[in-house]
Amino acid sequence: MLTSQNTPLTSWHRAHQARMVDFAGFEMPIQYSSIVAEHLATRSSVGIFDISHMGRLRFEGVEASRLLDFLLTRRVTDMRPGMVRYSLMCNAEGGILDDVLVSCLKTPSDREFFLLVVNASNRAKILKWIQPHMAEFPGVEFADVTEDTAMIAVQGPFATNLIERLLPAKVLNLKYYRSIVTEQMSKPCIVSRTGYTGEDGFELIVRSQDALRVWENLLLAGREHGILPVGLGARDTLRLEAAMPLYGHELNEQIDPFTAGLGFAVNLEERIFLGASALSEKQNCAGNISRVGLRVTGRRPAREGCCLLDTEGNVVGEVTSGTFSPTLQYPIAMGYLSSALSRTGQVIEVDIRGSKTEAQVVELPFYHRTK
Amino acid sequence: MNPETLRYNSSHEWVGIVEENGEQIAIVGITDFALEQLTDLVYMALPQVGTQLSAGDEFGEVESVKAVSPLYCPVDGQVVEVHQELVDNLEQLAQDPFGSGWIIKLRVGGNVSLDNLLDYDAYRKQCAEA
Repeated sequence: MLTSQNTPLTSWHRAHQARMVDFAGFEMPIQYSSIVAEHLATRSSVGIFDISHMGRLRFEGVEASRLLDFLLTRRVTDMRPGMVRYSLMCNAEGGILDDVLVSCLKTPSDREFFLLVVNASNRAKILKWIQPHMAEFPGVEFADVTEDTAMIAVQGPFATNLIERLLPAKVLNLKYYRSIVTEQMSKPCIVSRTGYTGEDGFELIVRSQDALRVWENLLLAGREHGILPVGLGARDTLRLEAAMPLYGHELNEQIDPFTAGLGFAVNLEERIFLGASALSEKQNCAGNISRVGLRVTGRRPAREGCCLLDTEGNVVGEVTSGTFSPTLQYPIAMGYLSSALSRTGQVIEVDIRGSKTEAQVVELPFYHRTK
Repeated sequence: MNPETLRYNSSHEWVGIVEENGEQIAIVGITDFALEQLTDLVYMALPQVGTQLSAGDEFGEVESVKAVSPLYCPVDGQVVEVHQELVDNLEQLAQDPFGSGWIIKLRVGGNVSLDNLLDYDAYRKQCAEA
């Protein structure tokens, strides 16, 4: 029988009455108190998230950047230490295998390496996908460091305040999508200014044995701001308001980056990478469906799998994620809709378990933080 | 209603029988335990007055930010009253689940049987083991 794996913080979550679920083989907190309270704390103050379930893959050696350049839809060979890029991994047909963050980093002893953060649910698949290509790029030292490390996200308007107090001053100078190898209390720590909530914030990677101390230090430093630990429930509502796609919902192997609205993450210029020829064909022909945002009338959320209908009742799309937005106080959804109907303002219907409800195509993201 | 005298579905609905205008009326709601589990309620769907229900029928749903939970009728009967105000005031449900948070009333026959339902102790035992 398969048992779920713990993160270095699982026992903390359990001891703090979190409701736990199995997520991609990890025992993870879905919520501690209430999804809405955790969501709103992140929007108005600061929240911390155990995201240790995300896969962390390390590549080092002279060929590391060329290997990743061959695997990813965006260029890697021009990345300098400190840079982070959102990218995709596609199959030969141009279908999305995973969406990832790739970072170029430098150790304190000046050795360059790359870190690939992949979805927990795709880690095994990606390891298998990468494996045969290793031989074509000899000299790449590869390590799956997921289980030796923990990953903690600090998100919200007071995130910088916490980081300021717990990490060296240079970390505060990190711009959006920049990353650095540094220290927290003399222990190694990778910090990047990235996140999955639509707020300003940081993601920290620390050694497993340091995770609990860092987690508790963050909670202590954030107490005066009303910091809350945030579970996967609010992580999902936060990313949905920010219109960030989630693998297995908006993204899968049948969806290409252009249909998903992620064309910005594909660079076809003078590059050879997996999926490139299929993608260059798809780039120039408008797809039949597009990813859209929907505002649903009333209070009842449209959930994943709900059909989208035109005025004549024909099925013209499907919801991929939906919830009641805690910030906006109305139901929101993302889905794929017939491109002919995907213009902002278009009114359609969504079939919510048998009852047809009006919905309107709206611009994404649903929520935009004020800077 | 006094929770100790009510009967329960294992799916967390409660039912109490009262006499109103010479008729046997079943009042149905959901328990404090269910509400603690649900958290963050956003929507509730209720049946029409007049709907004929059998024990075990789905008669509505409550929805939280995270998920949808169907409501199951504990007894046979006809819906005579629906607590429509709850739909716009879900806090009331969470604040007073055994009182002003009642959900529907059903007209039940004189020989309504509650034997298949859990009593208070059995229901609390089930919650403790959950």
